[in-house]
Amino acid sequence: MRLAKELALVLASLALALGIGAAVAQLSGLSPGAVYRELWRGAFADRYRLFQTLTQATPIMFTSLSFLVAFRVGLFNIGAEGQLYMGAFFGAWAGFTFVLPPYVHTVVALLVGALAGALFGFLPGWLRARRGTNEFVSTMMLSYVAIYFTSWLVSPRGPYHGTQWANQTVRILRSAELPRFVTGMQLHWGLAIAGILSIFLWYFLFRTPRGYELRAVGQNPGAAHYAGIDVPRTMILALTLAGALAGLGGAAEILGTHRRFIEFFSPGYGWDGIAGGLIARAHPLAVIPAAILIGALRAGGMGMDRAGVAPADFASVLQGIVIFFVVAPELFRVFRRIRRERRALVHSQP
Amino acid sequence: MPAEAVRMEGIVKRFPGVVANAGIDFSLSWGEVHGLLGENGAGKTVLMSILYGLYQPDSGQIYVRGEPVRMKSPSVAIRLGIGMVHQHFMLVPRLTVLENMAVGWEPCLGPFLHRAAMKKRIEALVEQYGLSVDPEARVEELSVGEQQRVEILKALYRGAEILILDEPTAVLTEQEVEALFKTVRALRDQGKAVVFITHKLHEALALCDRVTVLRKGKRVDTVPTSETTPEKLAEMMVGREVVFRVQPKPVSREGKELLRVENLTVHDDRGLTAVQNVSFALLDHEILGIAGVEGNGQRELVEALTGLRPTKAGKVSLDGKEATGLPARELAKLGLVHIPEDRQATGLVLPFSLAENVILGRQRENGFALGPWAQLRHRILHYAEEAVRTFSIVAPSVRTPVQNLSGGNQQRVVLARELGREPKVVVAHQPTRGLDVAGMEFVWERLLELRERGCGVLLVSMDLDEILMLADRVAVMYRGEIAGIWPRAEANKYKLGLAMLGGKVAAR
Repeated sequence: MRLAKELALVLASLALALGIGAAVAQLSGLSPGAVYRELWRGAFADRYRLFQTLTQATPIMFTSLSFLVAFRVGLFNIGAEGQLYMGAFFGAWAGFTFVLPPYVHTVVALLVGALAGALFGFLPGWLRARRGTNEFVSTMMLSYVAIYFTSWLVSPRGPYHGTQWANQTVRILRSAELPRFVTGMQLHWGLAIAGILSIFLWYFLFRTPRGYELRAVGQNPGAAHYAGIDVPRTMILALTLAGALAGLGGAAEILGTHRRFIEFFSPGYGWDGIAGGLIARAHPLAVIPAAILIGALRAGGMGMDRAGVAPADFASVLQGIVIFFVVAPELFRVFRRIRRERRALVHSQP
Repeated sequence: MPAEAVRMEGIVKRFPGVVANAGIDFSLSWGEVHGLLGENGAGKTVLMSILYGLYQPDSGQIYVRGEPVRMKSPSVAIRLGIGMVHQHFMLVPRLTVLENMAVGWEPCLGPFLHRAAMKKRIEALVEQYGLSVDPEARVEELSVGEQQRVEILKALYRGAEILILDEPTAVLTEQEVEALFKTVRALRDQGKAVVFITHKLHEALALCDRVTVLRKGKRVDTVPTSETTPEKLAEMMVGREVVFRVQPKPVSREGKELLRVENLTVHDDRGLTAVQNVSFALLDHEILGIAGVEGNGQRELVEALTGLRPTKAGKVSLDGKEATGLPARELAKLGLVHIPEDRQATGLVLPFSLAENVILGRQRENGFALGPWAQLRHRILHYAEEAVRTFSIVAPSVRTPVQNLSGGNQQRVVLARELGREPKVVVAHQPTRGLDVAGMEFVWERLLELRERGCGVLLVSMDLDEILMLADRVAVMYRGEIAGIWPRAEANKYKLGLAMLGGKVAAR
């Protein structure tokens, strides 16, 4: 019943957003009918476009899961973008440095990427749990550290400047590639990994004592402490896991799509993960459709631009409106919770 | 100006399940310090919150300076010259004293705050009432006592002539209390009217001109302090009669010390000593009651005994085994369980289902999990259903979030979980707080059952009736120390009440 209610809410918000989008299109002198037709066609019209949507959705699934794990323990991981970059670079590094048999090499490179992302989750987690540093700020700031650190690594003065014509590394070895489903299309096995991880994460959160403890800390740290749960450790664990998930997403994106690390390669997959996690109402299985929705908006937006019915900027506007409206109800809930906690904090002071 | 500053007539205020004020009359004169005395939950703060416009009364009339008024909000009260200093300060820690004051009366110099004008006015007030505070200091750098002075100053700065102080001494040190008293006396001598809410007898007698005693939402009496004694006030506060609803059965005791506490010292959150040198033993088949006014170290004692707060000094042993400083999980393994004071903030995870709450703290036990990576869900659900039956929990299903259950049923979930661990020692902290009569009786019966089964129960409660009804022995905590321990046969409300309020009683 709760599921039906949430789903109805999401669909209603989506309809409202598309309605407002249509009004904006009309006011901008565009044809709403043409805009939506091209948006739909760009996202779903044929196999090629559908695969394009799913390719866009893949990294967003990882970053949405990343946001969600932290959210479940009561923390905000705003830094998935940086963790994604860490995972992407070090995944690529393992891909062109190690010499290993096919598939083994892929798995190792993915794990190295996850590890690099985990480090950028562990740091803010540790700071939050042991020093009280606001993770909202630290994860966001570390994001920029990661983005520009990896950019420097592949810049002309950096140690991994692989090609003369662009700031990128050399190509990864064939043995490290994440296979594509169909030759000639970018869609790769990362999508399957993300799907399996969604299910695994659902199992972890709702069917294991560790996941239970993680959720207990998120819902009521006081009760968790009373129940003998190590609250700081659980927070560190959750943010580390969040970092690992985003890092894995970055590594998969490199090994599957780009096959080399390119500076600033992400069009904001990490930030999309915040929206994805909130649209999914922090439920791991709901992340799959949520990420596909955002991926469709991205792919459809490109289609709209190519068809010439609206400029690329309008596609961004539409994406913004849709994400805002679908996320808004959850966002209200989050802010209400924060306000309640603040108030509780004020009252507990002598 | 009429002699009466405030008159409240027939004030009634109901909250769901409780009548906080049941038709209270109250009057306050100019140039008077009026003590409002009563136990926790007697209705003191509610009555004054109504005067300050924070709550609307269900019925009754308020007069200020002889005029009938309706206190729709605190801003109305402030305009009428009423100020209230709450137990929890309402200050912005990052701002300076002066900036905190500016909220309400902001003299401007163009677009800027006229700091000099404000400073002058504050300094005049500081001078007049001996409230030494630096207007340029940041509030977060001030001690608790200084922050309180800022609150009083803020009220006066806004032109308050009627000042309500809600348990102002609860957070102060001995010296700070002295300074506060001086200030209050200065205010009285200036002709202002002060309400002093407290549950400390000696303070009321030392400072106030008249005292109104409340008990369970009703006014017992209003007396001039010159015509009363600590004994009389204590009796008014706690009452005489004890209503026995359940009856402990006779038991044969082996005399085993299930819990032994020696010279225990514990600090509070601010690092001050909250429990000092406390020693006692809890025997098998015994309920040891710990009575006392809230805030005398009971919470810190309970938290230290249950592994939620570090001990500073002393020794705790559990059934003969060393247990000092063990974490909650280890203590549970040794057979000590804890029914926490606040079931919603501590005892339960409200959005979790009944089944999930019934295993809180036990989530890794063999019966409920296979290592850390698999829960045994059917066992958990089965166990929850059994708990629902044994403890007569009324819930639509074991999958219902406990936030949808009534307070009594929430407490039953906590009891089912903790007592289901087959404990030797139960630390029950205010186990019946906020429950209706049926809920209370259910808890009492469970505690007596534990006693008959041979457990030791440490019952920490503010409710003297409850303690006198259930406990085999009664200890009273006052200012972090055990003021005395009496067998029930030798304890009575009067004796305990006096000890709770800091009076000297011959202890054994």
